[in-house]
Amino acid sequence: MSENGRALQLEEIRKSFGENEVLKGVDLDVGEHEVFCLIGASGSGKSTLLRCVNLLEKIDSGRILLRGDEITRPDIDVNRVRRGIGIVFQAYNLFPHMSVLQNVTLAPRQVLGKPKAEAEDDAIVLLERFGLAERRDEYPDRLSGGQQQRVAIVRALAMHPDLMLLDEVTSALDPELVAEVLNVIRELAEGGMTMLIATHEMSFARDIAKQVCFLDQGRILEQGPPEQIFVEPREQRTRQFLERIVEAGRL
Amino acid sequence: MSIGPDRGRGSRILTDLKGSGGGQRSVLISLASTLVLAVVIVALVVTSPGWPAVKEAFFNRQVFEDNWRGILDAFGLNIKIFLIAEVFILVFALFIAILRGLPGPVFFPIRMLAIIYTDLFRGVPTILVIYILGFGAPALQLSWVPVSPLFWGIAALVLVYSAYVAEVYRAGIESVHASQEAAARSLGLSRFKTLRFVIVPQAVRRVIPPLLNDFIGLTKDTALVALIGPVEAFRQSQIDVAATFNYTPYVCTAILFILLTIPLARLTDWLIARQRSRQLAGGAR
Amino acid sequence: MRLRRTGLASAATLVALLAVVAAGCGSKSSESASSTSTTASPTKCGPGQLNLLARGGDQLTIGTDNPAYDPWFSGGTPKGSSWKYNDPTTQKGYESAVAYAIAKQLGFTPAQVKWVVVPFEQLFKPGPKSYDFDVNEVSVTAARKKVVTFSDSYYNTNQALVAIKGTPITKAKTLADLKKYKLGAQVGTTSYDYIVKNIKPDKQPAVYNNSNDVNSGLKTGGIDGIVVDLPTAFIIVGAEEVPNSVVVGSFPAKGGGDHFGAVFAKGNSLVDCVNQALATLKSNGTLKQLQNKWISNAGAPVLK
Repeated sequence: MSENGRALQLEEIRKSFGENEVLKGVDLDVGEHEVFCLIGASGSGKSTLLRCVNLLEKIDSGRILLRGDEITRPDIDVNRVRRGIGIVFQAYNLFPHMSVLQNVTLAPRQVLGKPKAEAEDDAIVLLERFGLAERRDEYPDRLSGGQQQRVAIVRALAMHPDLMLLDEVTSALDPELVAEVLNVIRELAEGGMTMLIATHEMSFARDIAKQVCFLDQGRILEQGPPEQIFVEPREQRTRQFLERIVEAGRL
Repeated sequence: MSIGPDRGRGSRILTDLKGSGGGQRSVLISLASTLVLAVVIVALVVTSPGWPAVKEAFFNRQVFEDNWRGILDAFGLNIKIFLIAEVFILVFALFIAILRGLPGPVFFPIRMLAIIYTDLFRGVPTILVIYILGFGAPALQLSWVPVSPLFWGIAALVLVYSAYVAEVYRAGIESVHASQEAAARSLGLSRFKTLRFVIVPQAVRRVIPPLLNDFIGLTKDTALVALIGPVEAFRQSQIDVAATFNYTPYVCTAILFILLTIPLARLTDWLIARQRSRQLAGGAR
Repeated sequence: MRLRRTGLASAATLVALLAVVAAGCGSKSSESASSTSTTASPTKCGPGQLNLLARGGDQLTIGTDNPAYDPWFSGGTPKGSSWKYNDPTTQKGYESAVAYAIAKQLGFTPAQVKWVVVPFEQLFKPGPKSYDFDVNEVSVTAARKKVVTFSDSYYNTNQALVAIKGTPITKAKTLADLKKYKLGAQVGTTSYDYIVKNIKPDKQPAVYNNSNDVNSGLKTGGIDGIVVDLPTAFIIVGAEEVPNSVVVGSFPAKGGGDHFGAVFAKGNSLVDCVNQALATLKSNGTLKQLQNKWISNAGAPVLK
C-alpha cells in the first residue's frame, strides 16, 4: 500500500445492470480533506457511483484506490475496507429495532471490538456534538426525519472513517429539516473530513465543495471548482441542467 | 380512526370506540349481545330431541369427575413435548432458513439441501413421519440410535415443524428491506453479524403471528406422539372412553387444549400490538 | 372498566362452552332413556318375534371391527372382500363361528346373516345402532354395562405376556418381577387395565392404536413385553407376528378374568333370545367344541 496522499482515486469505472450501462468510464481524484460534490439528474449514476466506492456494488471494470490501496482487487477484505468508509443514504436506514445509542454503538462494538462502555462514551460525545444526546434511548420512529438523518451520520462517524460518502442525504427531508442536516455536514467539512457528496442542494454545494462534478449519462461531463461550474459552465448540457435547477428555484 | 403508533396499551379497536364516544357503553353492549347469543345457542341445543342421549354420552358429570384428574396428569406430557419441541424448532428452523439464504454459486448444494428438506417434511403427513421414525429408526438396531418412542416422537415433530417455521423465517428475512442489509454491511459488519444483529431480529419480530400460529398447531400435534406408545392426554382420554363406553373424557381433553390455546392466542395479540410501533422505521424503503 | 376487546372474545368462547357443559352436566346419569326391563315379561324368540333392525325379520345384522383378527376371525379374505386380514362371512374363527351358531339357533341361515363394520369407538355412540349385536372381543365390565347391554359370556380368558426370546423379561416368574419393565397394550383393552391395576409397573405402560402397532412396539424395543389376552398371545407367537417371540406366561385372573360378551343397544330385548341360544350351545357342547377348534389350548406357565 503506497501512501501517495490521494484519498480516493477512481479510474475508468464501468458498471452495468444487465443491459443498462450506468457508469461508462468515470475518473475521479479526491485529495485528503477535500470535499467533492456530485451533481446531475436522477439516473445519471450518482448513487451507483457511491455504492461502487464502498463496494456495495461490484464494478465491471476499472480500479478504485483508497489512499493508494486498490480496493477492487479480487482478494480484498471487503469488511475491512468498509470500516474506513462511512456512507449515509437518502433513506437514513437506521435499525428500527435498536435505540439511537444502540444504532451508533453496534458497529464499533461488533466490528472494532470496543467494549460497551467505551463505545457508548464515544457515541455520546458524537451525539452531543450534533445535538442529539437527549435522544439516545429513543427509537428511530420517534424522531423527525432530520434527526434520524443526523443519527445516521453519527452512526457512520462512530467508526471514525477516513472518507464519508453522502448520497442525497437531504432529498427525503421536509424543507425545514434540511438545514440542520446541512449544518452537520458543513461542520464535518470544516473539520477536515474527506467527503464525496451526491446532492441536489446547489447552494450548499457551491459553499462547501472543492470540486463539483457534473455527472451526465454515466460520465463526468464536467468538473471544476464551484465558481466555475455554477457561474460559467463549459458544457451545453451542464448549462441546461443548471438552468432547470434555477427555474425550479433551487439555486 | 386513531392515528399514530400504538404503544400497546389496549388494542386499536378499543381506541376507536373511545374516540367515537363509545367506551364503557359499547363494552356493555358487546357483553350483553354475546350473552344473548350464547343463551340462544344453548337453548337450541338443549331442546333438540336427541339431546338427552347426547348429554349422557358427551357431558356426563360422573364420568368427568372420575377421569379428569388422570387426563390432566397425562396432559403434562403434552406440555412437556410441546415445550421441548418448540425450543428445538425455533433454533433448527432458523438454521435451515439461513442455509437457504446463503448466497453465491459455491453454496448451491447447501441451498438445495435446505429446499429438499423443507419440501420433504412439509409434504409428508406428520403421522407418517412419526410412524416411520418411531418404528423405523429403532428397528435399524444401531447401538447409537435411541430407542425411546418419546425421543423419536419429539424428533419427528421437530423435523416437520422446522420445515414450516423455516419458511416463515425465510419470509420474514426477505421482508426486511435490502437497505437494512446495505446499511449494516456498509458499517463493516460481516454477513453473519449483519444477519445476527440487524436482519434476524427484525425478521423474527415481523413473523411472530405466523410463528405463534404454527405453535398453536403444534400443541395439538403433540397428541400424535401417542401413536408410538407414550400416553398423553388424548390417549388417556381414549383409554377412559373405552373403559366407560362414554365420550365425556374427549370433551375433557378438548377443554384442556382450548385452555392452553387461549393464552397463546392472547400472547400473540399482545406481541403484535407491541411490535406495531417498532415496525415503522422512518424513511426506510 | 378496562375490558380489552380481545379478552372479550375469549371470555365469550369460554362462556358459551361452559354454558353448554353446565347445561349438560345437570344431573347424574342414573336414568337411561329407553330401557325396557328384561324381566317384565318373557321375551318371545320365535321366528318373526325377534327385535331386529331388519323390518321383515329375515336378516340378522352383526357388527365387528375391520380389520378382523385371528383367532376370532380366520379364513382370510376372499377376492373382492372389503375386509382386512379375515372376512367374517367365511364362518371361520371363533367369534365368527359362534355368531353363525347363535344365528342358527335363532332360526337364520348363514345367507341371512349380514355383517357390518363397527369401529370399536362407534360401538357405544348415542342414537340408533347399526347392528343387532356386535362381537369384537369386548369384555364385560360394570362401567360398560351402564351404557350397553351385554349377552352372557361366550368366552372367558386370562391375560398373558409376550416377549422376545432371550430377553431378561422372559425370566420373570411373578407379577412383582415385571415391575421394572416397560409393558405395552392396545388401547381400550382390559389388558391395559390389568397392567395398571395388577402389575403396577414403575414405568408408565405404552399404549397403541391397534395390535399391529403393539407388535411393532415390541419389535423395535419400545416395549419389553406385550400384555394381551391369551388366545391372541398364542397367535402373535405362533404366526410369528413378532418373530422370535415367546409367551412368557399367563396371568392369574383377578376379578374373574375377562368375559367376552356380545354387545346390544341398551335395553334391547334381543339379548334374552341370544342368551337362550348361548345356553343351548353351552349345554350341548358346541361352544366348547368351537373353542377347541379355533383357540389354541396350549398351556402357559402362570405368573403369580
